[in-house]
Amino acid sequence: MSLNVSQAATRDSGDPLLELRDVKTHFRTPRGIVRAVDGVSFTLDRGKALGIVGESGSGKTILSRSIMGLLPPKGAIRSGSIKFEGREIGNLGRKKMRDVWGKEMAMIFQDPMTSLNPLMKIGKQIAEPLKIHLGMDNTSALATAERLLQDVRIPEAHRRLSQYPHELSGGMRQRVMIAIALACGPTALFADEPTTALDVTVQAQILDLLEEQRKDRNMSLILVTHDLGVVAGHTDEIAVMYGGQLVEMAPTRVLFANMKMPYTEALLQSIPKIEDPSHTRLMAIGGRPPDLVNPPRGCRFAPRCPYVREKCENEMPPLEPAESPGHVYRCWYPVGSPEYLEFKERNEQAAAAGADVPVAIGGAA
Amino acid sequence: MAGTGTAHLRNAADTLLRVENLVVEFPVGRTGLKVNAVSGISLDVLRGETLGLVGESGCGKSTTGRAIMQLPRPTSGSVSFEGKELTSMGGDQMREARTRMQMIFQDPISSLNPRRKVRDIVMEPLTIWKRGTKADRDQRVDAVLEEVGIDPQRAAESQPHQFSGGQCQRISIARSLVLDPSMIICDEPVSALDVSVQAQVLNLLEDLKARYGLTLVFIAHDLAVVKNISDRVAVMYLGKICEVAGSDELYRRPAHHYTNVLLSSIPVPDPSIAVQRHPIEGEPPSPVLPPPGCRFHTRCPAAEDRCAAEEPQLREIGDGHFVACHFPVHGGDAPVAVRSSSSAG
Repeated sequence: MSLNVSQAATRDSGDPLLELRDVKTHFRTPRGIVRAVDGVSFTLDRGKALGIVGESGSGKTILSRSIMGLLPPKGAIRSGSIKFEGREIGNLGRKKMRDVWGKEMAMIFQDPMTSLNPLMKIGKQIAEPLKIHLGMDNTSALATAERLLQDVRIPEAHRRLSQYPHELSGGMRQRVMIAIALACGPTALFADEPTTALDVTVQAQILDLLEEQRKDRNMSLILVTHDLGVVAGHTDEIAVMYGGQLVEMAPTRVLFANMKMPYTEALLQSIPKIEDPSHTRLMAIGGRPPDLVNPPRGCRFAPRCPYVREKCENEMPPLEPAESPGHVYRCWYPVGSPEYLEFKERNEQAAAAGADVPVAIGGAA
Repeated sequence: MAGTGTAHLRNAADTLLRVENLVVEFPVGRTGLKVNAVSGISLDVLRGETLGLVGESGCGKSTTGRAIMQLPRPTSGSVSFEGKELTSMGGDQMREARTRMQMIFQDPISSLNPRRKVRDIVMEPLTIWKRGTKADRDQRVDAVLEEVGIDPQRAAESQPHQFSGGQCQRISIARSLVLDPSMIICDEPVSALDVSVQAQVLNLLEDLKARYGLTLVFIAHDLAVVKNISDRVAVMYLGKICEVAGSDELYRRPAHHYTNVLLSSIPVPDPSIAVQRHPIEGEPPSPVLPPPGCRFHTRCPAAEDRCAAEEPQLREIGDGHFVACHFPVHGGDAPVAVRSSSSAG
């Protein structure tokens, strides 16, 4: 996937699978308009894995639901263009989206317990989309369901068809969710925090399974998560969201090797690393994500940024291309710039003089 | 892991908490079966130390934390805190003892009363125990709130829902601190928080620990978080302890196959690091009918016949490093690389 943002465009050959242009999703609330997704543009190529990363409230889940057309019918104000295989789907109603769901796009959710129908047998839940979308009869739908359960490595697949969700463990249920999502052979699979509710050993199994299925089926995968660790090993490209906007996007290796946006850097630094000795001081990000009813006038990260200058508070930086193709970022004084280095040195001196770490933990109150 | 035994307990004068052969069982309806949540574990924590308890869901780590608090009382075993045996204490004595050992929980919002003002929530332990005069109590509450980074003025006017998750966890920490406890049991205190906020809370716990000389029992499933905050780590599986070691030692040279699997399952936030994976099949068996012998043998990559027949005991393989395994990854000598880096990073 590459970016397609006005001047930042450098597109790979071939038609993109998904093309977003200035997508906005706002909500009317008693407090005012919440700008949950505020002008996101990018393209995603067929068969690629994209990670969308951000904190709670960054707009990552609303963005994926906007693309899927899964927003609440009331209160949402949408604009911008979403093209899927060249066809505009941003303005389709629920009824028309039904033809897209399952066959072209499918989604798996965070909580495998509440996303399955507790009163319906596993086999029937997998067979349902096969009958509705592909017009299969009951017998062949159940046979396909069994094969899907084998694909997602569920042992004793035949017996599972007649079991209920509560008879399966959390990891098994998430595999069933994946089987349902894969049933109609979608070209894009959205996974919203698919492993957050799972244990670490099971999480690794599920991520491997998703990657294997993506490759086998030449399917695109959009992995939405707050965990940079999860996306590092399982995506081709990463989009970092903050305050409803895309703040940095790059091929995964480029992003980790050469991140430009101080927010991306701060997000990575705040994770405890297994390689570091115990009691290593963590680089917390002070403060809180912005209020999306009244977002900051300039850069939305400015109030929490340790390298902030006056310009950042007054003017919103555009998405700019970096040296590597496909790498864009939104920052006036990116990581590595002279201004960044100057303030980094200043922060380090302040820290050495007894002030708390460069990214202060204060102000969180 | 399946290990029992007390070889890893230390005979130190400044032991604050000593748990021996702790067993917690819950009946399963009227079937006569029981959930073997905790099956004979032993732990000790020195004054000022942080002990990490790590394992997957259902391994008994939270039950262990609660059984230390006698909530509920364990089925058998001994829990000695500040030199006093808790399991035989009466209700009043136990209530008194709990002022010295406090607990904070995973979900910071639901563990605070939604209808009360935050300052009153933090004040309540002092009121119940009638500590000092009204003025003393006010002063104490304001000081503790300042300490955790919550504005006392705002706390006096606001209810928990007006604060974010990270702030609510700070409030829970303030509440646990007002009685000046010697030990805090933290049950997954940062799992519900965003990484950036998680770092704030972990740093805060480290600061408070230093300032108040606290002893922490830190329960979590995230190995990187546990490593960051702990001095010593105990790895649990299905109600048993597999391995105990100093945290740097444990992560550098895991000796139990389960620890190895856990470590290699962690997603690494760096695509240039090639993780040497030790894939594991399936999920933990049911604690209602735990496997005989070593409880990990059904999933262990190195299991042999002996593992199904005989339960391994915890034994020392290095300085302060104990493992309950018949065939450990290493005997304590050769270093084991869990991952190799393809670049300098």
